[in-house]
Amino acid sequence: MNKQGNTYTVIYAVVLVVLVAAVLSVFAMWLQPRQRENIEDEKRQNILSSVKIEVKRDASKQAFGKYIVEQFVVNAKGERVEGTAFTVDLAAQGAKACEDKLLPVFVADIKGSRKYILPVYGYGLWGPIWGYISLNEDKSTIYGTVFDHSGETPGLGAEITLPEFRGQFADKTVFEQDKLVSIHIKKGKNSSGVHEVDAISGGTLTSKGVEEMLKAYLGCYEAFLKK
Amino acid sequence: MSKREPLFSAKQRALMLGPLSKNNPVIVQILGICSALAVTAKLEPAIVMGLAVTVVAAFANVILSLLRNTIPTRIRIIVQLVVVATLVIMVDQLLKAYAYDVSKQLSVFVGLIITNCIIMGRIEAFALGNKVWPSFLDGVGNGLGYGVILVIMGACREALGSGTLLGFQIVPQGLYDFGYANNGLMILPPMALILVGIVIWVHRSRNKELIES
Repeated sequence: MNKQGNTYTVIYAVVLVVLVAAVLSVFAMWLQPRQRENIEDEKRQNILSSVKIEVKRDASKQAFGKYIVEQFVVNAKGERVEGTAFTVDLAAQGAKACEDKLLPVFVADIKGSRKYILPVYGYGLWGPIWGYISLNEDKSTIYGTVFDHSGETPGLGAEITLPEFRGQFADKTVFEQDKLVSIHIKKGKNSSGVHEVDAISGGTLTSKGVEEMLKAYLGCYEAFLKK
Repeated sequence: MSKREPLFSAKQRALMLGPLSKNNPVIVQILGICSALAVTAKLEPAIVMGLAVTVVAAFANVILSLLRNTIPTRIRIIVQLVVVATLVIMVDQLLKAYAYDVSKQLSVFVGLIITNCIIMGRIEAFALGNKVWPSFLDGVGNGLGYGVILVIMGACREALGSGTLLGFQIVPQGLYDFGYANNGLMILPPMALILVGIVIWVHRSRNKELIES
């Protein structure tokens, strides 16, 4: 058979590609449950991290059960709706208008006081950014935050994940009396107000993304927070 | 009939051991530098990356050596890419399932093994013209040659830049109390380039025949 002919070449390519596709599909299906578990454990780890509980990934399931006493889903009017908070896909919810969003709420019990943990999701410079923000019982004072990103620039925008940036949010408030003001992220090292934190130098666009994300999501949760 | 060659004859051994030093892909052939600089800020990702490249290089060489007489010349490179890409995706999926934290640290660099010149280079230069067993040794040797350099760099950069090895503190606390500070420059990419330069310098001064006149 002519191994350089067109027929042979086409058949060879088709057979190879089909074979490879089959092998990869089986492989991916075999590993999927484990991969999903890893991602869920990391999510639990992040949620706990927003209330300053740092655990290893494989211990997160147990710690999550211990500290998170309640989880539910609300709508933009602040009413509870059907659903499990943990399984709400934030990426899918992100593009919707507030009225159509499912808004998950986790309630943690930290040394006897209730903390409300709200997920947030938005866009940085290069791609999605997300995180969790925990509020004290007054639903206005921030207790802790955690942020993550998929592809911000290391050393610049990616610094939103570091404690130096996240830590600034503690004890800031998102309400001015009855008005939701969210948190402003200011350039320069002069953020002294109770609604402001410092931006990351060199990561202005990512910082702006965090500001927009908080404003948009806290806006959606406003009715719930005022209850 | 000629006598069968032993599995580890002198010639076969040279295939595997050559790339570790005198024919090293990174510091002699200067291939695969990009990922060598990117993933060596810590020792653990450097080790995993070295292993991943070794596995991919070895199996890609074996598979393409098996197929070498069937591949139509015109789509040779595409076939190579398909095989390498398949292996890399498998490694990536395995890491995501069993070494999630390392896979997050390595992020895109696992996927970029596909474009690592060492792998395509060994397939073109060796596997397509040699039998399966020598091809396997050649792949393992080149993968390990790459891995060795990564481990040397990862160890230096983590020890000097973070004061740890594999996450364990190795610089005694007393030294810090005395005023010693970690060298933050070590963790940044430019220092990796300088370090490769130093490794090449040391290596050439010990192997004088490698110095170009």
